[in-house]
Amino acid sequence: MIFAERKPIEEILGKIEGCKRVLIAGCATCVAECAVGGEAETETLAPLLSMARKRAGSALDVVTRTVEKQCEWEFVEELADDVGAADAVISLACGIGVQAMAERFLDTPVYPGVNTSALTMREETGLWVSRCAACGDCVLGETFGLCPVARCAKSLMNGPCGGSRKDGKCEIDENLDCVWNLIVERAEERGQLEALSEIRAAKSWSNSRHGGPKRVVREDLRQ
Amino acid sequence: MKSGSNLERVLSEGHFAVTAEVGPPRGPDPSAVKKKAESVKGIADAYNVTDNQTAVVRMSSIAASKILLDEGLEPVMQMVCRDRNRIAMQSDLLGAHALGMRNCLCLSGDHQVAGAGGKLNGHPGAKNVYDVDSIQLLSILKGLRDDGVQEGGDTIEPRVGFFIGAAWTPMGPPEPFRVVRLAKKIKAGADFIQTQAVYDTDRFAESMKKVVDMGLADQAAILPGIILPRSAGMLRYMNANVPGIEVPDSMIERMKSSKDPKEEGFKVAVELIDAVRGIPGVKGVHLQAIEAEHLLPQLVERAGLLPRP
Repeated sequence: MIFAERKPIEEILGKIEGCKRVLIAGCATCVAECAVGGEAETETLAPLLSMARKRAGSALDVVTRTVEKQCEWEFVEELADDVGAADAVISLACGIGVQAMAERFLDTPVYPGVNTSALTMREETGLWVSRCAACGDCVLGETFGLCPVARCAKSLMNGPCGGSRKDGKCEIDENLDCVWNLIVERAEERGQLEALSEIRAAKSWSNSRHGGPKRVVREDLRQ
Repeated sequence: MKSGSNLERVLSEGHFAVTAEVGPPRGPDPSAVKKKAESVKGIADAYNVTDNQTAVVRMSSIAASKILLDEGLEPVMQMVCRDRNRIAMQSDLLGAHALGMRNCLCLSGDHQVAGAGGKLNGHPGAKNVYDVDSIQLLSILKGLRDDGVQEGGDTIEPRVGFFIGAAWTPMGPPEPFRVVRLAKKIKAGADFIQTQAVYDTDRFAESMKKVVDMGLADQAAILPGIILPRSAGMLRYMNANVPGIEVPDSMIERMKSSKDPKEEGFKVAVELIDAVRGIPGVKGVHLQAIEAEHLLPQLVERAGLLPRP
């Protein structure tokens, strides 16, 4: 899922300076899964903002609303009345949701309340780990189901760098697994270490952001 | 000869090669490079010039290599994959060749988040590139040299003549794969290999046996890395913190109990050089004295590696 982390409260307060009424708009999909932008989090953020403003001597009226998906027009539309009554919107959706809101409600400033940072899996309660980098050229079939693009700090395609620690963790974080260590382990378990001896040529990044923003037309769906 | 480099000549004539590392300064002053060059001139066959190691900004490897060249020292220009995409790398390779560089060591590079340390900030907020990895860079460089073809398929005229190098961390995890990865590097184009520092020569010998058995030692010249130890603390630090460096406890203890650790360090380093020299498949040594290059001449002399051929 799309993973995000809440922005520092000071940054959010800075954006809504002078506003008397704001809407905190949650999204019940990915950001709710990662416990940063769902209904519960809109309710956590609201008193933090209003108390901070109260302390600063300028009261703030905070309204919260959460919709199923901020990345689809039909759900965004449900927020029309609340947006109309607010001086500004703080969207706790991912960057896609924030943009949908900003595009639909041109007269009201929409500010992001979170930083969207990765495509992750919740490995266990309270722990999210990168799984995909949307590189547009999936190699999981050659790397035993473990992604070196998203999970190697250097996106190496031909094995681990010299920076893996004695315990098989990555040089950038003592708790982060070196994914190449995991790939090699899995290959060994299957008795297929030899499969990793093939040189993987320079990758084409052109089907990812590097090739320009995506604009995909599926004629079969447009009939 | 693939490149006409001095290092290639020394190795092809069957001499035991010596390379040494010269780190560029964190400033624009060419005299800092010249001073280092002067202090190590004549002790090695070629001198590695690092490329923003530990992700700290330094004078570019190309520029510092050119200064060495002008001072009469042959550089091994290092190139990391962290900071440049394949367009910039190939352009820099052509430019470096035009300036006279004939050796290039291809590396992944230290990640900017893991880099710096100590009193330096580095640039942890930098966007890294890693368009290609070190093995792909080796392939690209070999393509420019042997086929006159860029990665994208366009041709170059004339071809470049580089002696191509790669790094090897024999004792890094996952250890069983390290020899496989070395084989990939050699297959991709590496002519010479400089290793992570070796302190445990028995374990290194075990790795080298696999290398020899796989026929790799005939295809590329392996130069184990030797870092001159200067204190027990330095060895302890490297053992704990530098990936792929394994220092036997007995060696740390030996340095610790010595009354003159600097002198002991020279003895240890000379013994290491002698030991790796006796390991089948080893064709030379790659010497480093971190932030103390001026000590290298004494080390080379005491190891009996002078004069250079």
